[in-house]
Amino acid sequence: MATYKFQLNGRPATAESWDPAQPLLYVLRNELGQHGPKFGCGMGQCGACTVLIDGKATRSCLTTVRQAAGKNITTIEGLGTPEKPDTIQAAFIAEQASQCGYCTNGMVMTAKSLLTQNPKPTLEQVKQGMAGNLCRCGTHTRILRAVMRASGAAV
Amino acid sequence: MTTPIVSRRDLLKSGAAVVVGFTFAGRGAAQMAVGSDATLGKPTGINDVDSFLAVHADGSVTVYTGKVDLGTGLRVAIRQMAAEELELPVERVNLVEGDTALTPDQGSTGGSTGLTQGGVQVRRAAATAREAFRKMTPADLAGGKHFNMKVDPNAPLKDPKTYKVVSQPVLRPEVPLKATGRNVYVQDFTMPGMMHGRVIHPPVIGAKLMSVDEASIRSIPDVRAVRIESFLAVVAKDEWAAIRAARELKATWSEGQALPGSTGLGGYVRNAAVDKDETVINRGNTASAMTGAAKTFAASYYWPNQSHASLGPSCAVADMREGGLTVWSSAQAPHNLRANMAKVFAVPLAKVRVVYMDGAGCYGGNGNDDVAADAVLLSRAVNAPVRVQWMRQDELGWDPKGPQQLIDLRAGLDAQGNIAAWEAEMWVPMNKPGSRPLLSIDAAGMAQDHGQGAGLMTQNADPPYAAGNVRVVAHHIKDTPLRPSNLRAPGKIANVFAVEAFTDELALAAGVDPVEYRLRGLKDPRAIEVIKRTADMFNWKPRPASAPRPVQGGMQIGYGFAYARYKQAENYVAMAMEVAVDRATGKVSVRRVACAHDCGLIVNPDALRNQVEGLIVQTLSRTLHEEVKFDRARVTSVDWNTYPILRFPDAPAIEVALINRPELPLYGAGEAAAVTVPGALANAIFDATGARVRTAPFTPERVKTAIVGD
Repeated sequence: MATYKFQLNGRPATAESWDPAQPLLYVLRNELGQHGPKFGCGMGQCGACTVLIDGKATRSCLTTVRQAAGKNITTIEGLGTPEKPDTIQAAFIAEQASQCGYCTNGMVMTAKSLLTQNPKPTLEQVKQGMAGNLCRCGTHTRILRAVMRASGAAV
Repeated sequence: MTTPIVSRRDLLKSGAAVVVGFTFAGRGAAQMAVGSDATLGKPTGINDVDSFLAVHADGSVTVYTGKVDLGTGLRVAIRQMAAEELELPVERVNLVEGDTALTPDQGSTGGSTGLTQGGVQVRRAAATAREAFRKMTPADLAGGKHFNMKVDPNAPLKDPKTYKVVSQPVLRPEVPLKATGRNVYVQDFTMPGMMHGRVIHPPVIGAKLMSVDEASIRSIPDVRAVRIESFLAVVAKDEWAAIRAARELKATWSEGQALPGSTGLGGYVRNAAVDKDETVINRGNTASAMTGAAKTFAASYYWPNQSHASLGPSCAVADMREGGLTVWSSAQAPHNLRANMAKVFAVPLAKVRVVYMDGAGCYGGNGNDDVAADAVLLSRAVNAPVRVQWMRQDELGWDPKGPQQLIDLRAGLDAQGNIAAWEAEMWVPMNKPGSRPLLSIDAAGMAQDHGQGAGLMTQNADPPYAAGNVRVVAHHIKDTPLRPSNLRAPGKIANVFAVEAFTDELALAAGVDPVEYRLRGLKDPRAIEVIKRTADMFNWKPRPASAPRPVQGGMQIGYGFAYARYKQAENYVAMAMEVAVDRATGKVSVRRVACAHDCGLIVNPDALRNQVEGLIVQTLSRTLHEEVKFDRARVTSVDWNTYPILRFPDAPAIEVALINRPELPLYGAGEAAAVTVPGALANAIFDATGARVRTAPFTPERVKTAIVGD
């Protein structure tokens, strides 16, 4: 067992793992109680596991616990709460931009990263920026509206 | 009645005392309940008011339904229907879904029956309760009694003109939880002592397990292999250990070639052995009408095997200890799963409890039932609660598939261009009674049902338009290569695709604009209204003689239209689509979609709109991209590269008009708007390029071939 330290949602966190190659996803979900990031494919193809590492959207299923050590990790739980959602989460709620909601974590976290880099994107830029995140229920139009709304654009 | 029941505190104390002890913290108790006590004493009979409703001392009400919210909005809509009859604000109504120890068996949440059966039954129970309150005296209610009454099928319902809650766009209560990572999915459920399991599916469908080398996983901590005949799995304390062990465990399997391969499957199906032929519709005499027709037409359409392709692989937690069994599952039919688990594992039904929890969207029978059986087998083997989640390749490779469907259409037009004869012939999987066989139960050599069913696949192969003579025949084929199941709007997507694309050919031959041609054949004012609304919204430009559109910058822009009445008895849906086709590559871009939708009474217009938008996008994905590929041994489309689905850059602009008819019965809306998608799309591609695409998915290669071929 080795011990890994990082900042999780602004607070110091420690996790033990028997395998330095263990993906961060399982450490977050099973050791640190962060159930927001979801297992979708384990291959970085769908985006359901997205977290922010040092502010940038990152696939936690492809990031090993060793790579994550010492980094600043934000999960969707760290953005806001149902009572006090952050801007992007509030926009998803206002647009009712989820169906089953399994992909929603990845959508919110990718949008967070996207809007940090480009606070006033065009619709086309949002479509391209979210292209790596899959939604199966077909909630795409609402998710796009939510991201545009969060950017302050009229929807 | 002007006095809301919340004010009658003394009466409210009569609410079923057995359930007052449950706590409801922003979501249904189904997501909270832990433990395997299957004898909670709560009534669940389908005719008892107490099965559906409990009134609490604080005046709030809990509604119990066996239907489940698969991301569709049912969770808020059933609350609205109950609140309306009870004269309560919707916030005062809690909901428990799909817990077999607490909720009545209202059947599977399939076929768009969530509200039409589930909601309507709850509504009638609520109306019965409201009427009962009027007649009760405090003496009737002393001592925390149940209602102890049957649901009155004649209990008067609220006048739709007075609706305050129904038809309002009440926000879905779970969305704030989903947007903040707090919604608890079955994938997130844990309990003390829970182990993690992973299954190892064979490299070849039906292969026998020859040997297992347990030494190959000895370096991974706290993990063991579980082998029961040809069922192979690993169980570990740590999820990552289970995943690595499943990957690294060395096993040898028998070889085999059980499949025909997905290439050219339409031909295989056409020649497959038939169990029986069913005459679905036989009106008039098509043979003589065809002979007397001025012009005749024939075309074949093919729809491939498709996966539910749930974004999160199926997951379940099972606890089989001390003679009882509890399963936490996101399956669409918790009561059916309960009965099947009781039968397969020989546990008395009363000791089996299935608790629904949210999962990744399933659109019918995906891998949920299979993974539940996996978890039960492993829990029994290790005498501990076990969570099993499938990996991506398990879900796309092994979920039961929406089956392939082949349809031949023939039509004869009279001299005026009217449909004189219409013949449809389809090849669909035969139905067999009983539950669908579960993978691990077969592998373990245990007895189980070997039923087969993929939903009501034969509907909507007849035209909704005036036709003198109509005959629809279904060939129920014996062998279907991949295990079939019901996948959203089963059969009807393919049938309406064929009917609407073929109707376009008839309109062209008659020299009539496609919208005008459809209107000519319809008398039902609701059908006419959705078509006219759609044409108006879309700014449809009539075109008597369709021809390829001009090529500009290598692109051709085209417009297509489709209409259907779902199941020929339910929702009215019309759809128009604009596409751009790249002639050189065959790539189709859908630019905008307009849809008018009439499902009778609308319970929640925003949740409905979400469903209609989602159906359009999901069915575009199925039509443009999706086909399960397999060789002679196994499914080969097992990740998102080999089984691609639609991505954001391909999301079109969508405009939806919802027509509310509060005075009319409601129709379920979780499927209908899917069926017009492929027809509208195929017709738009034809309008753009002059090429007919009759086989889905409309991949660039296939579209390009159609363009070159024409």
